[in-house]
Amino acid sequence: MATDIRLLTNQLAQNPDSLVFLELAEALRQRGQLHGAAKVLVSGLTRHPDLADAHDLYARVLVDMGHLRHGYEEWMAAIESDKRHIGARKGLGFLCYRWGDLDGALEHLELALAVDPMDESVVQALRMVREAADRPTATAVEEVPPSVFDGLEGAQRGLLLVDNRGRILGGGMGDGTDDNSEDIAAHVSAGAAEAERATRMLELGAWECMAIEGPGGNLHLSRPTPESLLVAARDRSVPAGRLAMLAAKATNVARAWLEEQSL
Amino acid sequence: MSEYLRNALDGVTRIRGVRGALVVHADDGMVVADSLMESVRGNAVAALAAGIALRFGNAALSTGVGSPHFLHLQATGGTLIIVPGPTGVLVVVIGDKELNVGLARLEMLRVAEVVR
Repeated sequence: MATDIRLLTNQLAQNPDSLVFLELAEALRQRGQLHGAAKVLVSGLTRHPDLADAHDLYARVLVDMGHLRHGYEEWMAAIESDKRHIGARKGLGFLCYRWGDLDGALEHLELALAVDPMDESVVQALRMVREAADRPTATAVEEVPPSVFDGLEGAQRGLLLVDNRGRILGGGMGDGTDDNSEDIAAHVSAGAAEAERATRMLELGAWECMAIEGPGGNLHLSRPTPESLLVAARDRSVPAGRLAMLAAKATNVARAWLEEQSL
Repeated sequence: MSEYLRNALDGVTRIRGVRGALVVHADDGMVVADSLMESVRGNAVAALAAGIALRFGNAALSTGVGSPHFLHLQATGGTLIIVPGPTGVLVVVIGDKELNVGLARLEMLRVAEVVR
């Protein structure tokens, strides 16, 4: 597998306009190198912005990373390019089901079945959603997405890892139904750029962390690597000092995780 | 600058490790009053602190932390502390890395009270 990835990477380097990036990203995804796969796909999508397969694969990577909303947007982009894209329809059906939107899930899955009536996975999924829809008290259960911070206090809520461009790499801030992690990621990356500029111009060296206190709680930002930002937020029941300790621990975990992703 | 404000700012700059203290308009980053070491460029500190307060203020709002009442930027070669005042001003301190942040914060709150 490692050889495949090296081979595919070389092929892509020789011909950056080729579609080999799809194969490379899928290979990385299968190895669990989601960050690497996402990078390859973002780069590929800049060259092939209307390629439904690329949006579909990027969506799957994002969902694997726990970024359901962003994944939803990518699948919507895929069906904008190709309304009959079965992978995107299946993905959207899956997300709608997870969010409890059974009508939406049925609609997408029925459209997927219309494209390929023999697709067993669609048939199974449709059966499951119809059964859930038939149960009067049925609710779709939100599974906890995997997180870079698994095992840490508040792994799913209140710890967010983003890159300098505001792209979410792991963790989350919301509770799944009210997740504004992407807004937060955009704001903190803008703030980090400002901090970078300030420390450079004021000759303060490299900025290490930022602590913010407000009426609703505390916010702590740190830099696991020069290219990434870790955001930790807690309500006022967690003092700033304790939050700083939690953030330091999460920073180490994130740094190790990022190193693992880049291998 | 009023005598009260001058005294309050001097109270900040007397703390070991403080290189300068300023009162800055949050909207445009203009200096209202300052007490600085000679090497510190007041206008630059003011403008950059206002930018930081704005950007990280937005971040804090988006996380539910709310409008910040204290911001502390730690860098390898120094520190920048911002305490938003009640009337659209920011009290800003630039200092060494070893600066006693708690003490500086107390004196900055005093400045903010004087500006009120």
